[in-house]
Amino acid sequence: MTATTAAYAGKSRRGGPAPRRRSGSAGPLFVAPFLILFLLLFLAPLGYAAYLSLFQQRLVGGTVFVGLDNYVTALGDPQLLHGVGRVALFFLIQVPLMLLLALLFALALDSGLLRLARVIRLGIFVPYAVPGVVATLMWGYLYGPDFGPFAQLSRDLDLPVPHFLSESWMLGSLANIVTWEFAGYNMIILYAALRTIPHELYEAAAVDGAGAWRVAWSIKLPALRPALLLTLLFSVIGSFQLFNEPSLLMKIAPDVISSSYTANLYAYSLAFTGNQLNYAATVSFLLGLVIVIASYAVLLTANRRREK
Amino acid sequence: MTTTMPKARTAPAAGPAPTAPKRRRPASPRRSTPLTIAMLAALAYFLLPLFWLLVASTKNTQDLFNSFGLWFSHAPQLLANIRATFTQDDGVFVHWLLNTAAYAVVSALGAALLAAAAGYGFAKFRFRGDRAAFNLVLGAIMVPATALAIPTYLLFAQVGLVNTPWAIILPSLVNPFGLYLMRVYAADAVPDSLLEAARIDGAGEARIFFRIALRLLAPGLVTVLLFTLVATWNNYFLPLIMLNDPNLYPITVGLSSWAAQAQNGGGGASSDMLPLVVTGSLISIVPLVIAFLMLQRYWQSGLAAGGVKQ
Repeated sequence: MTATTAAYAGKSRRGGPAPRRRSGSAGPLFVAPFLILFLLLFLAPLGYAAYLSLFQQRLVGGTVFVGLDNYVTALGDPQLLHGVGRVALFFLIQVPLMLLLALLFALALDSGLLRLARVIRLGIFVPYAVPGVVATLMWGYLYGPDFGPFAQLSRDLDLPVPHFLSESWMLGSLANIVTWEFAGYNMIILYAALRTIPHELYEAAAVDGAGAWRVAWSIKLPALRPALLLTLLFSVIGSFQLFNEPSLLMKIAPDVISSSYTANLYAYSLAFTGNQLNYAATVSFLLGLVIVIASYAVLLTANRRREK
Repeated sequence: MTTTMPKARTAPAAGPAPTAPKRRRPASPRRSTPLTIAMLAALAYFLLPLFWLLVASTKNTQDLFNSFGLWFSHAPQLLANIRATFTQDDGVFVHWLLNTAAYAVVSALGAALLAAAAGYGFAKFRFRGDRAAFNLVLGAIMVPATALAIPTYLLFAQVGLVNTPWAIILPSLVNPFGLYLMRVYAADAVPDSLLEAARIDGAGEARIFFRIALRLLAPGLVTVLLFTLVATWNNYFLPLIMLNDPNLYPITVGLSSWAAQAQNGGGGASSDMLPLVVTGSLISIVPLVIAFLMLQRYWQSGLAAGGVKQ
């Protein structure tokens, strides 16, 4: 983040001196409420989960301290590994596709070549305001073999009915739901970043005889780096904690989506149907760790590329 | 993100943006029809499920199965469906709507106010450990809410907060990204000279914050408010694990429980729950869509601030 922030500083319109800040006694009072709640609701649960993950409940002997045994179990747990692997695959396929779409939409909106640009922008963004639960229910019914319009159309046209909820289609069907929900959100982030590009750059490019594609490639894309990085980070976090969509589709396709389909779903079933609280705490903790590591990996790669 | 404070001081990007988005470039007289058609096709994809929802909400179970999904049946009955949705199970849907609104509004107001106060404190005061505290919170932006949910549940179960409204509201109050936005915003939007003048006039710090700073911070505040509102309104995982009393459910958990009933009822044409799930879904998205359309300039500029500063 640091590098990208600094990179942007050069282009900021008002790069004034750092403000004089008052050294007084009131500062801590303003930040205290937030920090206290942060401590109680952010750090305390993490600490408690870390503590719980060091114990096991046994039929004989009750709760026993087991050190890192739960972590050893988790790292060799095929259900967890499959869940993480599936989410990673999902991330590798869905996120590039969604971000590419969002980028194309944002560039199209910013090009000034569109009619009805405002309607299009708002319409593509609207799914973000739809709760994930409702989005999944809707798409679940749309995918359905009974009254889903796709199945209805194929029956009317005597075509084979697509099985969106079958084993081989499921990951793609999930990817479609998530893309539908968040492409517009990412588009708005990118579009907003495009609108901050100083006008003079375009004038200079026009003087040099650059066409629209050239401007997009040489001016717009480089300027979008920080915003693209942000959307990528949000997507890492979103993909790895995938829960709502698979847990709701599980109800209409129980044979395809198991209770360990994604890592988060697995943690949930451990805690609430398996009643293995200590192990669930371990899995949650590991999952959080995987996400933080993945986020930093994205950041480091982006920053290293930039230095080259 | 964790190592340094943001150095870029751009204009308050979350500030009141011009309502009519005027192009800063000379408007190009050429409009591209192929590009417009391609984007309209994309638009159709994004609106299709919502159109289906609207159409489906006008149908009874029979028509859902027997008429084409993307067009109205001969006997539309939207009002009858809405009435049925609101009266099912002694009006539990009304409870869900009110719960959702209450959780979302209290969380959003609290989160925005906390973030504003802390952002103002970090931006305008120096005190021992301010950098360390700020960086600690920044580092937490990457810890996803869902990974935190089960640990929070385990902790809340210990202190008896599970199955109360607080189990939903408290975790939503802490918004690290909101604090970050407000700090960046406060640094620009509240001039130091104004604070000095107020102090010379003998105003206390609390009075300065509530009377002067908060007013200047309002646009940033609304941004944080809106995003917390959406996050809480749409939250499913947290209430799912925290609540087991249907009267405390927010709309997301309620609808999914109805959907499960509709499914268990065989999912066949005999299931009367299906129109309720569909109509309830439609009702649940209306308030947020309206809020987004009305508060456009806030969320657009708020996202701009996030995307540009990061």
